[in-house]
Amino acid sequence: MRHYEVTFIVDPVLSGDEVKSTAEHIQNELRQAGAELVAVDELGLRQLAYPINKRSSGIYYCIEFKCESAAWLGKFELNMTRNERLLRYLTVKLDKYGVKYNDDKRNGRIGKRKPETTTTEDGGDLAPAVVNLDA
Amino acid sequence: MAASREDVKFLSNPKIGLRRKKYCRFRKFGIKYIDYKDAEFLLQFINEQGKILPRRITGNSLKYQRRMATAVKRARHLAMLPFVGDLLK
Repeated sequence: MRHYEVTFIVDPVLSGDEVKSTAEHIQNELRQAGAELVAVDELGLRQLAYPINKRSSGIYYCIEFKCESAAWLGKFELNMTRNERLLRYLTVKLDKYGVKYNDDKRNGRIGKRKPETTTTEDGGDLAPAVVNLDA
Repeated sequence: MAASREDVKFLSNPKIGLRRKKYCRFRKFGIKYIDYKDAEFLLQFINEQGKILPRRITGNSLKYQRRMATAVKRARHLAMLPFVGDLLK
């Protein structure tokens, strides 16, 4: 099972319904291609760090999905390029640490980072990895 | 009368000139994944102009410096961090 994450930015000038329908359309495309959606995150309207297509803000969505084989990803990305309502997109393959991080984030186990604390963010599971180096 | 040399030496902290130990915060706290969507976190590793800070300043190990750099570049692509900035902090 391969885990991927696609983050895309929707044009902010569209009405709320159109934005939702764009996100729905992307999700349907993923489902039709046989991917199983793990999570859909709407990061909402955000200020862009630099203007894209003369717009200074955008609506961010992040969809995490998993599938067996991803030969269809090329076509999926091509469709996103052709979609006029999307400003940018980024598809990333998640390794096991990424999957775990996303999972922890959704379950609230990752809070504000404090460099002075001695507890690790990923709990005790990574302690064995450190111990193995000494062995 | 006047304080002797030995007394004066320990009136201030004798460790005052020593450098703080630099360490890789990812190795130390067991952080294995750097999220490119977390712009606040990544701000620690870029300077006010938006440039990525070198390893000798951040103290990262090579492995995590590279991961951090790819995370910053992805964030720049998604317009969460600027390519060129001014007075970012």
